[in-house]
Amino acid sequence: MSIAPSRSDPMVPRRFRIVEKIHETADTYTFTLVPVDGETACRFAPGQFNMLYLFGYGEVPISISGDPAAPERLVHTVRAMGSVTHAFATLEAGDMVGVRGPFGSAWPLAAAEGGDVLIVAGGLGLAPLRSAIYRLLAERDRYRRIAILHGARSPETILFAEELRQWRRNLDIACEVTVDYAGTDWHGRVGVITQLVALAGFDPQRVTTFVCGPEIMMRFSVEALKKQGVADERIHVSMERSMKCALGHCGHCQFGPAFLCKDGPVLSYDRIRNLVGIAEL
Amino acid sequence: METHKLEDVIAAAPFFRGLDPAFCATIAGCGKHVRFEKGQTVYRQGDPADTFYVVQHGHVALELPGAGRPLVHQTLHDNDILNAAWVVPPYRCHSNARAVDTTVAIAFDAACLRGKCDADHDLGYELMKRFVPIVVERLNRARLQALDVYGPGSAG
Repeated sequence: MSIAPSRSDPMVPRRFRIVEKIHETADTYTFTLVPVDGETACRFAPGQFNMLYLFGYGEVPISISGDPAAPERLVHTVRAMGSVTHAFATLEAGDMVGVRGPFGSAWPLAAAEGGDVLIVAGGLGLAPLRSAIYRLLAERDRYRRIAILHGARSPETILFAEELRQWRRNLDIACEVTVDYAGTDWHGRVGVITQLVALAGFDPQRVTTFVCGPEIMMRFSVEALKKQGVADERIHVSMERSMKCALGHCGHCQFGPAFLCKDGPVLSYDRIRNLVGIAEL
Repeated sequence: METHKLEDVIAAAPFFRGLDPAFCATIAGCGKHVRFEKGQTVYRQGDPADTFYVVQHGHVALELPGAGRPLVHQTLHDNDILNAAWVVPPYRCHSNARAVDTTVAIAFDAACLRGKCDADHDLGYELMKRFVPIVVERLNRARLQALDVYGPGSAG
């Protein structure tokens, strides 16, 4: 499913003002944006991304991490890791950014109806999945078992920690968190996210899985899912490469026969299983 | 009587699934029920690996002591195996193990079990078939941890 950019010229950014900045972890921030033109911010499908333009620095593709049921504002979670995103980290409420989008494919939530849904989110990969989780919870009765698995580097780097606590308290879904290492004051799980897959308690014949995180983590997660009997077409991953134009014109994000900005970022694993091991791509 | 009960518990444990009942009885002769209170040390790095455990219920942290604060690199939970070092010379524990919550387990006398495996290679083979996948799986997990996939410079 794809929703076209709301403006007639998709290369022209709209101006948005930051109305809230949340300091999530040491290097990760969530920004809430509202459009300066007073129109609806952005109707999007969970999994899609916007190109965020920081004037004078450049443009970066960032997944939408907000609630799709609240299109009056736009929510993006940004990790400071490059020149543009480091500059983003210095922005505060009241500052202005440009936005193009939304672009790309979405998590196949409608196709998952009637079955189990397993979310496998590593690190910042929880951000593009949070929108899908909001939709799943809002439409809970359309699905069987819902399980959320989140892996982080350490307890200090757990994203959306308060929401994860709320989801863990929700008796109608399963939610497990693990970290790669911790101090002795941590009382949760320690170990890689893949070991949670076998404990998630889903029906491999009826589950739809959404996987997002660093590419290596996704590859290990896919292997863990396949070991549990999940077919490739039931596994959906969010692939991210250097998206530039977001329209499939410039070719920067070409991944074999696909342009990830246009055909992705969400792709079923059966479409890309023969490509993920090719180092040149 | 207790041995008989332990046989049943062993036969029901996922780790021993499919094991011949006669082997379960043999193994039960080396086992006993144990309980660790919250915060209690199960073993320390460098200790003789003279016991291995099948966690029945609870939460155990494996810690690497270092110059600074100890780091927890793995936690173990229901049905996990604790202390695979019992089967590899020189039979020394590789980490500290600490009960994070009250933990109940079956503890097996490693010397007793090694002796029975030496005396009956069929039993030894059955146990190795169960231990080797765990060791390989933990090696794979350690490899993924070592890659530090969520670390600085990672998109995740």
